[in-house]
Amino acid sequence: MQRVGVFVCWCGSNIAGTVDVKAVAEALKNEPGVVFSTDYQYMCSQAGQDMIINAVKEHNLTGIVVCSCSPRMHEATFRKTAAAAGLNPYMVEIANIREQCSWVHKDMALGTEKAIILGKAAVAKVNLNAPLTPGQSPVTKRALVIGGGIAGIQTALDIADAGFEVDIVEKKPTIGGKMAQLDKTFPTLDCAACILTPKMVDVAQNDKIRIFSYSEVAEVKGFVGNFDVTIKKNARYVKEDICTGCGACVEKCPMKKNPNEFNLGMDNRPAIYIPFAQAVPKVATIDPNACNMLKNGKCGVCARICTAGAIDYTQKDEYIEEKYGAIVVATGFNPISMDKFDEFAYNQSKDVITSLEFERLTNAAGPTAGHLERPSDGRSPKTIVFVQCVGSRCDACAEKGKEYCSKICCMYTAKHAMLVRDKYPETEVYVFYIDVRTPGKNFDEFYRRAVEEYGVKYVKGMVGKVVPEGDKLKVQASDLLANKQLHIDADLVVLAAAIEPDKSARPLATMLTASMDTNDFFTEAHPKLRPVESPTAGVFLSGACQGPKDIPETVSQASAAAAKVIGLLAKDKLTGNPCIAHSDELMCNGCSSCANVCPYGAITYEDKEFRMPDRTTKVRRVASVNPAVCQGCGACTVACPSGAMDLKGFANLQIMAEVDAICK
Amino acid sequence: MKVSYFPGCTLKNKAKDLDLYAYKSAEALGVTLEEIENWQCCGGVFTTAKNEVATKLSSVRALKEACTKEQPLVTVCSACHNVIKQTNHAMQTDKDFAAKVNRYMNEDGGYSGETAVYHYLEMLRDLVGFDTLKEKVVNPLKGKKIAAYYGCLLLRPNSVMNMDDPENPTIMEDFIKALGADAVVYSMRNECCGGYVSVESPDLAKNKSNAVVNNAKAQGAEMIITACPLCKYNLVKNGADIPVVYFTELLAEALGVKEDTNE
Amino acid sequence: MNNNKYLREELLRQSGVNPKKCMKCGKCTATCPAFDEMEYHPHQFVSMVESGDIEPLLKSESLYKCLSCFACIDRCPRGVEPAKLVEAVRLSVIRKQGGNRLSADDVPSLLDEDVPQQLLVSAFRKYSK
Repeated sequence: MQRVGVFVCWCGSNIAGTVDVKAVAEALKNEPGVVFSTDYQYMCSQAGQDMIINAVKEHNLTGIVVCSCSPRMHEATFRKTAAAAGLNPYMVEIANIREQCSWVHKDMALGTEKAIILGKAAVAKVNLNAPLTPGQSPVTKRALVIGGGIAGIQTALDIADAGFEVDIVEKKPTIGGKMAQLDKTFPTLDCAACILTPKMVDVAQNDKIRIFSYSEVAEVKGFVGNFDVTIKKNARYVKEDICTGCGACVEKCPMKKNPNEFNLGMDNRPAIYIPFAQAVPKVATIDPNACNMLKNGKCGVCARICTAGAIDYTQKDEYIEEKYGAIVVATGFNPISMDKFDEFAYNQSKDVITSLEFERLTNAAGPTAGHLERPSDGRSPKTIVFVQCVGSRCDACAEKGKEYCSKICCMYTAKHAMLVRDKYPETEVYVFYIDVRTPGKNFDEFYRRAVEEYGVKYVKGMVGKVVPEGDKLKVQASDLLANKQLHIDADLVVLAAAIEPDKSARPLATMLTASMDTNDFFTEAHPKLRPVESPTAGVFLSGACQGPKDIPETVSQASAAAAKVIGLLAKDKLTGNPCIAHSDELMCNGCSSCANVCPYGAITYEDKEFRMPDRTTKVRRVASVNPAVCQGCGACTVACPSGAMDLKGFANLQIMAEVDAICK
Repeated sequence: MKVSYFPGCTLKNKAKDLDLYAYKSAEALGVTLEEIENWQCCGGVFTTAKNEVATKLSSVRALKEACTKEQPLVTVCSACHNVIKQTNHAMQTDKDFAAKVNRYMNEDGGYSGETAVYHYLEMLRDLVGFDTLKEKVVNPLKGKKIAAYYGCLLLRPNSVMNMDDPENPTIMEDFIKALGADAVVYSMRNECCGGYVSVESPDLAKNKSNAVVNNAKAQGAEMIITACPLCKYNLVKNGADIPVVYFTELLAEALGVKEDTNE
Repeated sequence: MNNNKYLREELLRQSGVNPKKCMKCGKCTATCPAFDEMEYHPHQFVSMVESGDIEPLLKSESLYKCLSCFACIDRCPRGVEPAKLVEAVRLSVIRKQGGNRLSADDVPSLLDEDVPQQLLVSAFRKYSK
């Protein structure tokens, strides 16, 4: 019989506000094995932990039950406390009476009753706990960064700077991401390319960093410290190591009219292309859907023109297998489609554009060489209307748009409006806003400058309808402060489209078993205290894949993720989780049910000799769990038809004891 | 194919063309419109208040009859379509409302929104198919620049009507193209003509109607088609200087059955 | 104010509108085709009913200018459905004794050769009980 101590935490008023903690401590005194029970305001504080240590010594406790917050929050804390008191850390059980009780109930009597039941279950379980010792596994000292935008670039540079190898996988032909498409950055108005491209060069020149461009992650196996990743390198029909990026092929390619992705389709590129002058790697790529040679074998101009002999029409997709200790997700964002918002006539007029398209229209390297021209007729617009919050802050029931604030639009719209007024002072610029949100260093000052110094007309209200008529865009909008409906004949309308996670994020999350929210943003391990870690060990988050953010915030988070990766890769061994599966060989009939459901490939089979009752021997096939690979998910224990498979620390007996305690 | 058909009051009176050409064209396309027996006026507008029951009973009766015959219910007039479809939706989703209606009706088995409601245009698109329609056209309307006027009733509220993209619809444009003509796209095609408010404020209706016609003309339209008698009335009364015709008339012309009816 | 509190709740129940969802963007008013004829605009209906300031709405001509075109309903980013609220306020007026806006006697003056039946039945449904 264990000697169990129960420690009920108030968590200030978080628990004590809805649960009578004294009554809980009192009630649990009568449970089997309990020899000590008490309550305290903050059990996780030093004083609370000391109280546990003293009680262990004074009452010779062999097991501890802490009734407190979720084990995800403080299980590790109390395990350390137990160790400090000389107990095996796995002799601690947590009864979650905060998230699963006090926070979700209002009635004190009912909340208390439930807390007591949860406590009883934990006591019943700890009575069956056995000391466990974790195993250790080695760490592959290389990191994988998925996504080569500013987030992935910064993370990779910081990891490499600490002396570890890093691979970047980027699905586009070049790294650089969205930042490479921007003109200037708020609130300092630095030229985006001027601050980004040197970093891209740093990546290219860093001998610790490898870039897999035009590639994607195809498969992920393994676990923290030991991921096995398959990278699919898409055929670009150009030998990367030979191509010099001279661009002769691009010049001569006869298939010139393909929408240029980099300029968001506002101009054309040839079938063989280099996305932009500072691309990294600066290597040509052939678009197989546009190339005549690949489609019907008729052309071959680029191969003839290439003096280096880099063109290879027979190139195939290539699969590369690599091992990594840590994975950083940096898959970024995209503006949402404007298809469901055609009251703004995006699909009806070329002169209604998104803000990202506006960036390209004002970029010196863009389709108009930086001259602000209307896409329809090339005329310079005299009146521009910017519309904020298109598709952001929508009600879930409205079935279009996103519920969240996209965070960056207020600032980039202020930037666009200001730059237009600066360069073309005769242009009238309206910004329709719901709220102007500028919480950031020098952000509000920037927005005020747009209004006060540059004369941008900010109107509190929304645009209701845009009607293309003749060469004008008739904008109908509200001015709520004046209680008026405005009718503006505009030449250009710019929509601040909401942003959403890149479409590649969802399948990637499945491969990584990393969790996502309903909007497909990756979930962090803790929203405040572990913002750059995924709940999946060894998977880290960088940039807008975790939520909308601007460049400074992205870079901070990218460096933070790198610091976490470095901390992991600096270790020689990782202490594993001892709560893993094991098979009782005498009961196992070798049916393979467990191996079929194991997501980690931790179960193998061996033929073993067993002595039979009549003293003969017999060879049987039985399951064997690799303790370094097993993550303790428990899928096998459910699948096992004979009850041979069990989970240490969560044994079937223990779970049944908990259920019994709850039901009795 | 046989379908139940709800013509509505205006189609038996001021909008006889809309009705007649609908019949003739359907026949030419192999669809028999079986008129609901003793149908009653839908009321013209759907009252959104949750405690408004009696005015919606005529719609439910029509829906119930189609249900009994196991046929889809087809409408032509935008207003009837809007009222009947919204009523059907309320029968499907608002239990209190459905219970009250069924108590009033006191019919066998009650009714809870089982009937599929199609606008004639949806019938052409989803049941007949625009490709089939294209094949049956004998007088292609080549070179005609035609603007579709949807108004509000066909498209909104989109969560119920669910006919097309409410902000950039294509069903009428596809219809025009199937008849061999050119569809003129203009943004005012889903804005209001002024509707019943022409009774209260003729000037408001005039402004709204003119804005629609002017936008259509500015985008190159030579003719406007509509499914709604009130839209047609407002556009014509307020001085549309291009023809405004019912879509069924155009359909009958293209199918070569228009002359028959004039005989 | 007590009276208003009751009326407010009745209006919200009959319309099914939850004005608390409104984020005050003004898109309803931006898109309203009857704006010029209205004294109180769609966003004001939402905020005034919410705050219980309903008397001015009951007396306002705006009630009879709403076209029921539902543009404000479809384009509201928050799913507030202002037109349903306008309709609920109008019904609360015309359902009272003597509240009819339109009577059968008015019909002859409205008729012209082309007036479709639909116009008259719609107008009666909107303006009378």
